Amino acid sequence: MNLVTNNKWIGQRTIRPDGMDKVTGRAQFAADTTMPGQIWGKVLRSPHPHARIRSIDTSKAEKLPGVKAVVTARDIVDFPIANGAVMLGIQDMRWMCRNVMARDKALFPGHPIAAVAATTEAIAAEACKLIEVDYEVLPWSIEIDDAILPDAPILHEFNKFDGKPSNIAGRLEHKKGDIADGFKKADIVIERTFTTRPVHQGYIEPHACLISVAPDGKTTIWSSSQGQFMVRAMTAYLTGIPQSDIRAIPAEIGGGFGGKTIVYLEPLATLLAKKSGRPVKMVMTREEVMRATGPTSGSKSTVKIGATKDGKIVAAHGTFYLQAGAFPGSPIRGAAGCSFTPYDIPNLLSEGYDVCSNRSKVAAYRAPGAPIGAYAVECVMDEVAEALKMDPLDFRLKNAAKEGTKAAHGPVFPRIGFIETVEAAKNSDHYKAPLGKLQGRGVASGFWFNAGGESSAQVNITEDGNVVVTTGHPDIGGSRAGIANICAELLGIDYRRVSVIIGDTQTIGFSNLTGGSRVLFASSIVVTQSTEKIIQTLRERAAKIWEIDPEAVKWENGAAHPVSPNAGQFEPLTLQELAEKAPAMGGPIGAGVQLNTTGADGGFGTHVCDVEIDVDLGIARVIRYTAVQDVGRAIHPGYVEGQLQGGVAQGIGWALNEEYIYTKEGKVDNPGFLDYRMPVCSDLPMLDCIMVEVPNPKHPQGVKGVGEVPLVPVMAAVANAIYNALGKRFYALPMSPPKVLEVLDAPTREAAE
Amino acid sequence: MAKVHVTTSINGEPMEFLCEPSDTMLDALRGPLALTGSKEGCASGDCGACSITLDDRLICSCLMLAVEAQDHEIRTIEGMAQGDKLHPLQQKFLEMAALQCGICTSGMLVASDALLKKNPDPSEEEVRFWLAGNLCRCTGYDKIVRAVMETAAEMRAQ
Ligand code: FES
Ligand code: FES
Repeated sequence: MNLVTNNKWIGQRTIRPDGMDKVTGRAQFAADTTMPGQIWGKVLRSPHPHARIRSIDTSKAEKLPGVKAVVTARDIVDFPIANGAVMLGIQDMRWMCRNVMARDKALFPGHPIAAVAATTEAIAAEACKLIEVDYEVLPWSIEIDDAILPDAPILHEFNKFDGKPSNIAGRLEHKKGDIADGFKKADIVIERTFTTRPVHQGYIEPHACLISVAPDGKTTIWSSSQGQFMVRAMTAYLTGIPQSDIRAIPAEIGGGFGGKTIVYLEPLATLLAKKSGRPVKMVMTREEVMRATGPTSGSKSTVKIGATKDGKIVAAHGTFYLQAGAFPGSPIRGAAGCSFTPYDIPNLLSEGYDVCSNRSKVAAYRAPGAPIGAYAVECVMDEVAEALKMDPLDFRLKNAAKEGTKAAHGPVFPRIGFIETVEAAKNSDHYKAPLGKLQGRGVASGFWFNAGGESSAQVNITEDGNVVVTTGHPDIGGSRAGIANICAELLGIDYRRVSVIIGDTQTIGFSNLTGGSRVLFASSIVVTQSTEKIIQTLRERAAKIWEIDPEAVKWENGAAHPVSPNAGQFEPLTLQELAEKAPAMGGPIGAGVQLNTTGADGGFGTHVCDVEIDVDLGIARVIRYTAVQDVGRAIHPGYVEGQLQGGVAQGIGWALNEEYIYTKEGKVDNPGFLDYRMPVCSDLPMLDCIMVEVPNPKHPQGVKGVGEVPLVPVMAAVANAIYNALGKRFYALPMSPPKVLEVLDAPTREAAE
Repeated sequence: MAKVHVTTSINGEPMEFLCEPSDTMLDALRGPLALTGSKEGCASGDCGACSITLDDRLICSCLMLAVEAQDHEIRTIEGMAQGDKLHPLQQKFLEMAALQCGICTSGMLVASDALLKKNPDPSEEEVRFWLAGNLCRCTGYDKIVRAVMETAAEMRAQ
């Protein structure tokens, strides 16, 4: 495939099409819209981590003046466990129907029990308090170690592991060679166990939706999500309304990071709207977001790596236990499948265990599972390199996966850019800079699969010769800017003449979620193909006007030209001229393409982190950070860097401060931004990026997904830097001030003074 | 419950509205005043998405009662551009990709504007500490800090 080179717009830092709305406050996020006659929905949530629901009496709530509808699990379509899995993407509707509303048991504090719609939010909240629920409180467990004990309280009695009821919902393994054999060849073997705490995606916009249902069932959903088609399908499944009757309109989305790839409110609001005959708005509080949505898994991992004296890894074994929360489905595939993938390891066994416990069902979070696995693997890599007295980047180079390496999860790599990222890190000014007292430097690498999948685009030329592109993926981090750059480049016009719209479910073809680092990869393929069809039409139209062969017309700089003087001497016909002539020349100009896109290459990154330890307060402060990533092709460098920087900031939070803290009663004790400590501006330094561009040969512009890799290496890079500063390694996250203080024993402090 | 009548000034315009005594200023802005540029991320003063100024002082509108607006001057993101002319900070945020999802952006801009009014020449550290009350989960703050510093430099040069 010919890569576009010599670009005017691809690779430029253009101003994004939706930017003006966002800097002026005009952009419409889900909670910003109202409808005539709208009422408010609220959810009653379980106070218990684990309880059988004996009965629910909603009669008092229903009688409260102002209450218009109450719904419970009875109103939601059931997907009986015994009937087997009903998959929608990676979600099993048997769990989804029980996650949006507890069916027979409440499985975590915050689990929805009933929902009320009333004329005001205050009345709806009041009505929730009037609902009487008879609970049989059951024993519970939250941590992995407790949940896998032989006598642990079992969440799902039907789930069996090794023939016995268990909270282990699944196991997965990737295997290559023979590890027993491999470890025999090793001169050095290091095995360590690591734990991480659950962390929340932490998007600043809480979940919200506004839904109206007409008496004939025609439903309009306006909501914040990473996929309007996912919202439509899940709502249809759970309410029994056909998908064709549901129009899901994507509002602007205020962050998601994977956390908005499933529904929480939409089915409830739809049922409330249907029952009441009024549009229903539901907005979560921050506390509800923290208690009942996401987060990603907490984990316990054991990693063993064996290498020969000359620095070759000969065997590795990883065991990754990940918390799934109340329902099966933790990202063991990401943990077991990604964490060893940067390396060419002949003998490898990587296992993942999916463990249910009494906390909210986990949701995807940026490269789901991969950062958890990489944290363990990359810390052990650091220890092995040290034991071998090798520079940690040289150790990676020596074992790096490259073209032709077979990854344990299946693929044989095409040309990849991993080595380039390690070399760029090694050659960076950052890596060569001296360190001060109580400062340390750490490195780590990471991999994420990346994805293609379904995508649809429609490109229309307006009567005045401008362009409207419609795609089906919510724009969460600037993808509209990339699409405008590509379309303008292909058409040879100013990018400001291209307007990019996110279509709703009833106006554009099916498009899968915004997630998996897939949006710009997939949408640019369908946009490219649509634009190429349009260019073909434009050439044919010019050919007709000039009465020559379409093959004798080329499209260049926004106009049709004869390919050469012997094709005839004609003045170029611009896009605008051809658009104006359209009514007489065959009608409207537009083209759409729907595809299941393939060819997404995996992404690799290597990070360098410097920390400085405050010995009095126990704070490990990141003072310099460089993220290197093979981005394939940076269509809009500004937003590619933004992805890298944003991922790094999240990883620093995960490494140093973020964690769910539980009370003795099994409830989340820090469900707000004050006590759940995400990085603020003064916690971070500038975050440097090095974009390595090894174009993806299977994509017309060379694009590789970029959104997820940036989170993968961060915790290990920070941990390795802290080790380098203190000579003391942490095997548990977060490495928060009290924990750092603990290891800063007297000798260390004295040495610092 | 009887609503309270409040007379105030918003973005330089005289304004009146009705609210519950317990409503926050953010409730009033997003409700009766239909100014939804200020966002609610936490309702507890921890995210800054609802940042506005009250008599030129930067505050979280989720921590202020709506009735307290009586006879005071409120400014919100909607008042930052003059007609079709963006404030230099807005322009710089666009040029430097200092926003991704955009949910924190109104609050960031209002807070940055308040900083530059107070201190036209802030150091990076001052910018970081001033904006520490405005959470952004997307950008890692790098581009935001750079945009504020660069705007400050350009505004000083004029
Ligand atoms: S909503 Fe006011 S500070 Fe978060
Ligand atoms: S741009 Fe998304 S929270 Fe700041």
